[in-house]
Amino acid sequence: MLLDRDSWQEILATLKKHKLRTGLTALGVFWGIFMLVFVLGMGKGLENGVFRGFGERAKNIMFVWPERTTMPYQGFQPGRYPTFRLDDIEAIQETLGDVQHVAPRLSMNNVPVYRKEIGETREIRGELDNMIKVEALKLFTGRYINERDIEEARKVAVVGQRTAELLFGEEEPIGQYIRVQGVEFQVVGTFGPQQVKPWTESDMEAIVIPLTAMYRTFGTGERIDYFVCMAQPNVLVSQVEPQVKDLLKKRHHIHPEDPRGVGSFNLENEFLSITNLFGGIQAFLWFVGIGTLLAGIVGVGNIMLITVKERTKEIGVRKALGAPPSSIVRMVLAESVLITATSGYLGLIVGTFLIWGVSSLMRANDVVLDNFHNPEISLSVGIGSVILLTLSGVIAGAIPARHAARVNPVVALKDE
Amino acid sequence: MIQLKNIRKAYQTGYNRLEVLKGIDLHLKEGAFASIMGSSGSGKSTLLNILGILDEYDEGEYRLDGKLIQGLSQTEAAQYRNRFIGFVFQSFNLLPFKTAAENVALPLYYQKVDRNERHKRAVEYLDMVGLADWSDHLPTQLSGGQQQRVAIARALITQPKVILADEPTGALDSKTSYEVMEIFKKVNNDGMTVLIVTHENDIAAMTRQVIRLRDGLIESNGSPVAATPNTPGHD
Repeated sequence: MLLDRDSWQEILATLKKHKLRTGLTALGVFWGIFMLVFVLGMGKGLENGVFRGFGERAKNIMFVWPERTTMPYQGFQPGRYPTFRLDDIEAIQETLGDVQHVAPRLSMNNVPVYRKEIGETREIRGELDNMIKVEALKLFTGRYINERDIEEARKVAVVGQRTAELLFGEEEPIGQYIRVQGVEFQVVGTFGPQQVKPWTESDMEAIVIPLTAMYRTFGTGERIDYFVCMAQPNVLVSQVEPQVKDLLKKRHHIHPEDPRGVGSFNLENEFLSITNLFGGIQAFLWFVGIGTLLAGIVGVGNIMLITVKERTKEIGVRKALGAPPSSIVRMVLAESVLITATSGYLGLIVGTFLIWGVSSLMRANDVVLDNFHNPEISLSVGIGSVILLTLSGVIAGAIPARHAARVNPVVALKDE
Repeated sequence: MIQLKNIRKAYQTGYNRLEVLKGIDLHLKEGAFASIMGSSGSGKSTLLNILGILDEYDEGEYRLDGKLIQGLSQTEAAQYRNRFIGFVFQSFNLLPFKTAAENVALPLYYQKVDRNERHKRAVEYLDMVGLADWSDHLPTQLSGGQQQRVAIARALITQPKVILADEPTGALDSKTSYEVMEIFKKVNNDGMTVLIVTHENDIAAMTRQVIRLRDGLIESNGSPVAATPNTPGHD
């Protein structure tokens, strides 16, 4: 809305004349936008906090493990335990194009691990090179298992951060040797979970060695406990899940209708339900925020209506002097938009600043909360609220402006 | 300048139809200096509203400087008022938050005249009514007579066809009233058509033509020059 200097001067003059009234009206809109921004930002913090529990990547994964069969099939009795092997992994990788990674794991528990005289029993995990790509794990130092380690069944180990501290203390663990059940392994890296949670404690302590080395050294038999399957980026893991299970059932002579035989757990469902939950929460927050804003807008509209009533005479005089209705409408709308936009913009700034303050205070003091992390205002919320503001100014001014436009110029001639 | 032909106007109030103007014929020549008199209820306010294009009439014909004023949209009516008519009100109706000069300049604002040009002309017109030194004062800082002079300057600044003054001296004491009337006289001497509504005889006596209204009709038209009532047709 383009107005010249005179119109703005007039608007400012009328607003200044009623400082308290203008201030209180502005406060309504300020509060509305402030609440909207603040509440949405905090909601985002909650969301970020919960989603962080999923790790930074690999939300599109599922776990698959063997289970006891319950139906007879192709001459096999029920109650049989299928054994998953590396060739199953290869088969999945080769035949199912929707699968990006298949990461198997075989665990040995309570294995004595020594370095010189210091020792403890630990979980030993036999893996390929890809578990770190699908699970919420991260490397602290060195490297993870690689393809050559697998091919050559090298005796190398990636040690959980806490175990590394226990065995090596301040020393650099990489390049040193540890004894796993009496067999020497060279440490090539340390790792841990992306986030420490009760259910990721074990990742702090476990020791990862090449699966092939595990087979050769410890005589575990060429089997795996379970594997993690990650779908291609544009494919839902829930679509991949039946494909994987069907393939395994066929390979292991399990009845296609058998509800057991192959067990699986799909993280996507969990993820989806939480996504939906936050979608709902966000919708609710928008609803509350916009509701508060609406109350502010009604306030502005109300005050504008009073202003128009008060200025009936002035509007009449202006019309008598030749003001077209459109200029009167513009005047009222501009005043309304000015109040809402200024106060709302202020609310936006204060809200954003507060969120930013909370966020940077948490970062500066290393505050890590389980379910709250990095509250933020997205650009779209910012832009959206600015548009909302201008729009609400126009809405708030619309009815008063119509009243103003309808003022009969004859009132200019009437004398009370 | 002003031609009214059989102007009729009625208001509907509930079930009653109140006829306010029952056929007004009037002809004011360019440069006329006339007053309209009449008791309340005579229809003089309604007539003024119609003349000022603030209200519409039901029947008849109103020509202002030859232009038929009929069926105008609000915006058109505003434009006509702005260009053709200068209003002077009983209670001055200056905008309180604007200086004298800004008040005078206001009609030019609606003609989209440049700001500096507006101010220049406003000061010229204030000078004409003897208030050049007061141009930066707010209306509240001026006396009643001064305010009315500012209002006259505002009415004149667009160089309208006619000045319509509604009880311009109604709120002033007699000394100031005469001063204001002197200004109207001067303006009229410069060729402007001036029409004053008043109920004060001495004010009416200062004009050159007195039109008396009674019950929605022209009772007498005291000017020997102007058209007499009930003789329509002056095109």
